[in-house]
Amino acid sequence: MAREERNIKVHIDNVKKIYSGRNGDMVALNGVSLDILDNEFICVVGPSGCGKSTLLNIIAGLLEPTSGTVEVDGVKVEGTGVDRGVVFQQYALFPWLTVRKNVEFGLKLQGKSQKERDEITMKYLRMVELEKFADSYPKELSGGMKQRVAIARAYAVNPSVLLMDEPFGALDAQTRTQLQTELLKTWEEEKKTCFFVTHDIEEAIVLATKVIIMSARPGRIKDIVPIDIPYPRDQETKISPRFNELKNHIWSEVYQEYLAVRK
Amino acid sequence: MEKKTRQKTDIIGKIPKWAWLLISLATALILWYILSINPKTSRVFPNAVLVFGSIGTMIERGVFWKDIGSSMLSVIMGFAFGFVTAVPVAFLMAWYRPVRYIVEPWIQFIRNIPPLAYVPLIVIGVGVGRTPQVIVIWLATFLTMTVTIFQGVINVDETLIKAAKVLGAKDSDLFVKVIFPATTPFIITAIRLGISVALTTLIAAESTGAVAGIGMRIRSLSNSYETTPMLLYIIIIGVIGMLSEKVLKLFERKFTGWQEKREI
Repeated sequence: MAREERNIKVHIDNVKKIYSGRNGDMVALNGVSLDILDNEFICVVGPSGCGKSTLLNIIAGLLEPTSGTVEVDGVKVEGTGVDRGVVFQQYALFPWLTVRKNVEFGLKLQGKSQKERDEITMKYLRMVELEKFADSYPKELSGGMKQRVAIARAYAVNPSVLLMDEPFGALDAQTRTQLQTELLKTWEEEKKTCFFVTHDIEEAIVLATKVIIMSARPGRIKDIVPIDIPYPRDQETKISPRFNELKNHIWSEVYQEYLAVRK
Repeated sequence: MEKKTRQKTDIIGKIPKWAWLLISLATALILWYILSINPKTSRVFPNAVLVFGSIGTMIERGVFWKDIGSSMLSVIMGFAFGFVTAVPVAFLMAWYRPVRYIVEPWIQFIRNIPPLAYVPLIVIGVGVGRTPQVIVIWLATFLTMTVTIFQGVINVDETLIKAAKVLGAKDSDLFVKVIFPATTPFIITAIRLGISVALTTLIAAESTGAVAGIGMRIRSLSNSYETTPMLLYIIIIGVIGMLSEKVLKLFERKFTGWQEKREI
């Protein structure tokens, strides 16, 4: 099936996910369809349990949808693949490997030569400003530094899409804003297609080209809000009037869903 | 409040570790000396000089090195068999639930039976000599190590496996590059417990009509009321345990130094 639109990166078609448990079935996602275009930065927000992480895991190939399909670059997703890089909330660095070896991990699996590996590794460690820590072990790093290593590791294999599952959720506020700024800078350089799950609305608006609002369980796409604030953005973007308009709008939509959960 | 405790610990902290070791040793020797001059306990705790002097007696009798050698051989063989069988069984249990459901209850069941109880049965089965000793130690170490390694494998952080998968790891890569390294701390712990179990089981193992060995000798010395060399042999078991712990510590530092939690 050939599609006309050349710049569709991720095509999500009527994805449904049902978790079967002892207490019966739980519909996590119901009929989610979405096209992610090349160079888009999509942020997904929604009340807890709305299935936003489930959707990310389905795109990553870590979960199978109950029905529906996901295509990345026109190829149906079946299991994980290096065309989809993932950054997890819990960093997921291999604690027995140094920072350098962590970033190299995927490159080694691709059978790249030592020279190539060194070049790519150092490029991305410089990008996250951790080249001095190349030979440190994860335990020697702060949470923010660990997540920067994880981002470098995901970038290193040069995925087509970067999937980020609340990557800054475990960090303190200051580190969080710092990493947002860094991520913005990186994204503005490479314009790598991103699918970013967060529960922080400000974070979503400052980063995204489009914010996807998901409904309470069963998760559906409730609204897609294009963020028309021009790049380059930084933390000061958060005090602009347009930012606050968008924030109020998205906040009230998410809040309605939050109320729906409580009922 | 923090400052106060700091000051208190400062004096303690100023004394180097080796000096503490000496103080500890001296305390024990003083206690031992008191016990050795008290008529009620002197029988069981003969003078330390006599005890260590009995090394000479035992060497003269031509049994000292033979006993240690024989015991070490049984321990090493039993432990080695235990280890090479525990690793695959633990991994199979962690990966295939049917294996786990069938095997685990029996491991827990047998693990709680003192080896001394089934030693006679093994002797009837395989006869006396080295074989029953190795079997007893093998069984005891196998059970302990299987349980520990199994815990390690099922505790491997799921996100690490996910992270490896999204970076392109295939199932075969997962074992070598994630599960095995993630399990090493547990394997080291299993080895530590295994060594300790092997030594504690040694005495039971050597009650199988051994001709030499530390456990066998303690038994035979007890028949002739020779408490001095007996105490020496008991101490030797402890020394062997401590030495193996030291060697293991070196390995541990090398292979699991990356861990977040370090020893206190």
